[in-house]
Amino acid sequence: MDSMTESAPAPVGAAEEAPPSADVPAIALEGVAKTFRTGREEVAAVARTDLEIAQGEFFSLLGPSGCGKTTTMRMVAGFEDPTEGTVRLKGADVTRVAPDRRDVNMVFQSYALFPHMTVFDNIAFGLRRKGVPRDEVRRRVGEMLELVELSGRGRTKPGRMSGGQQQRVALARALVNRPSALLLDEPLGALDLKLRQAMQIELKRIQRDVGITFVYVTHDQGEALTMSDRIAVMNKGAVEQLGPPREIYERPASRFVAGFIGTSNLLSGTVSDASGGLAAFPAGEEGTVRAATGAAVGETVEITVRPEKIALHTARPDGAGTRSRVPGTVSEVVYLGSATHYTVAVDTGAQGGTELTVYTQNSAGTDDGPARGDRVWLEWGPEHSYVLPA
Amino acid sequence: MTDERRPRLTARAAPYLLVAPAWLWLAVFFVVPIATVLSMSLMSGNLYDGYSLTWEFGNYAAAVGAYWEQIARSLVYGACATVLCILIGYPCAYWIAFRGGAYKNAYLLLLLLPMFVSFVLRTISWKALLADQGIILGTLKGIGLLPEDAYVLNSAPAVVFGLAYNFLPFMVLPVYAVLERMDHRVVEAARDLYAGPVRAFTRVVLPMSLPGVFAGVIMTFIPTSADYVNATVLGGAHNTMVGKVIENQYLVNNAYPMAASITFVLMAVLLVGIFGYARALGTDRVMEASAR
Repeated sequence: MDSMTESAPAPVGAAEEAPPSADVPAIALEGVAKTFRTGREEVAAVARTDLEIAQGEFFSLLGPSGCGKTTTMRMVAGFEDPTEGTVRLKGADVTRVAPDRRDVNMVFQSYALFPHMTVFDNIAFGLRRKGVPRDEVRRRVGEMLELVELSGRGRTKPGRMSGGQQQRVALARALVNRPSALLLDEPLGALDLKLRQAMQIELKRIQRDVGITFVYVTHDQGEALTMSDRIAVMNKGAVEQLGPPREIYERPASRFVAGFIGTSNLLSGTVSDASGGLAAFPAGEEGTVRAATGAAVGETVEITVRPEKIALHTARPDGAGTRSRVPGTVSEVVYLGSATHYTVAVDTGAQGGTELTVYTQNSAGTDDGPARGDRVWLEWGPEHSYVLPA
Repeated sequence: MTDERRPRLTARAAPYLLVAPAWLWLAVFFVVPIATVLSMSLMSGNLYDGYSLTWEFGNYAAAVGAYWEQIARSLVYGACATVLCILIGYPCAYWIAFRGGAYKNAYLLLLLLPMFVSFVLRTISWKALLADQGIILGTLKGIGLLPEDAYVLNSAPAVVFGLAYNFLPFMVLPVYAVLERMDHRVVEAARDLYAGPVRAFTRVVLPMSLPGVFAGVIMTFIPTSADYVNATVLGGAHNTMVGKVIENQYLVNNAYPMAASITFVLMAVLLVGIFGYARALGTDRVMEASAR
């Protein structure tokens, strides 16, 4: 009874509508803001935001819960009306267009599969609404089942499948429509670690194969770093930083980003020496932190350094040089097989102690590293002292 | 040795001991009365000489022959009232579940509030409200919106209305229960996949809520078909339902075997109807959807 008699006009922003020139962004948010009203209180979920997501891009919205990332995505999908601003899909204004008329599809966190339908009918749902002929529906659903490695499971009800399989059905159900963008709302959140890691690689592969724009909402920085072409880190309803994973990781634009992405080691001090583009401030007994910054003597600077950039020495490294050298005491050793994570307490004097995390690779030939309570020296190059904007 | 076994025996017996009260209850209040009525339906005799079990299967033929009209009418009234309950109750349940917000429980309470007043009393109040010169019809006649000879009471619609009114909560509650625990993201998923609001409802919400409708139908159709208060109070002499017949046979004519046979005929018809209905709807689908 689902059939070709139903036909719907092409959704707004559909590929057929206008031949997409490569420079038209798949999704554009222009000054989009969303305020929720609960009783007399107004809560700003998303502050005026501008975003452009290119065609074929794997774009992540990353942030803690309540940062506005899901609301942002739901405004793209059409489930929330922006309080102000314009949402564009391939250049077309869709701000007031209903979700069923938008050429984007969503993969829900809870999957939201239709429990009363078979896997086949679930995946065919969108195609049938669009009035795709029966033969083509069968062919495209078959292709999708193959793509997500569920061939032969078409007649199963989703309730009888594992979480990972349901997740793939949800993905197929959205992808089969060949939308101009696929929106994924923490799609791997309900899976266990192993499966999640496998699916990350799988998702990236699928995205490369189909060439569709992916917008991926997650609070898991590892996920975002692994898969994304670009990441927007959100906090309190605003985008704090936008850039490729490496840039986000190595040059965080704010203290929040530095803290949220990876393990950040923060050190601050008053510049005591500034020459040749390097500023130095003391840390610990006889220790010095050097960073490439134009800060003048007397200024306070805060730097962050990634745990894997730090070298660990049991004796004071030689020479003056330009590298940062900080002494401390090992307070924790976590052996992880391929790597060892150390926590080192540094006596930074002024503000009391601070703890730095150091990751070392357990490559062949290395003997046992320092133990708890040992005195050690930490060393890293000036390029890894990333100065946080004041 | 016996000491070792004792705890295991107790452990094995525990489930049976725990269900024993339920079994006892069913035996005393279900099996015994049913068996009594069943044997009564096969008896012959009268109140003064006493009844004896003579396997009088003719009672059934006589019951159907004499009262098929009332039985059929009861089923029709019950069905009409049930359909009315779906038409009013489903939107009501839908609205509370999807739009009720923080006041869901308050709305449910409002729905159930009339149930705190006696069933018979409520039906009698409707008799007063719907009287030919009562507050509703009298007023409408007074301002000339209705002709002087218009009436509602003592008609089939009055009975169906009364039944639907009295049993509405039994439809709303099971439908509400299903809609309430439905993942609303499923509706969003349908909208996301190009279904408009109407299609999202007919393709997703409605099929997923069928188990609730199924339960609601059983909970309204059975009692409305067997009800005799509404027919008696609102229906008058020409709209008698089978419940009234059974009452008369028992209490007025003291024809116990006849009353018992009619009871069983009604029960059989309802059971066949329910099983046929469950079958047509697809029991496994109902079970599967309700298991979620």
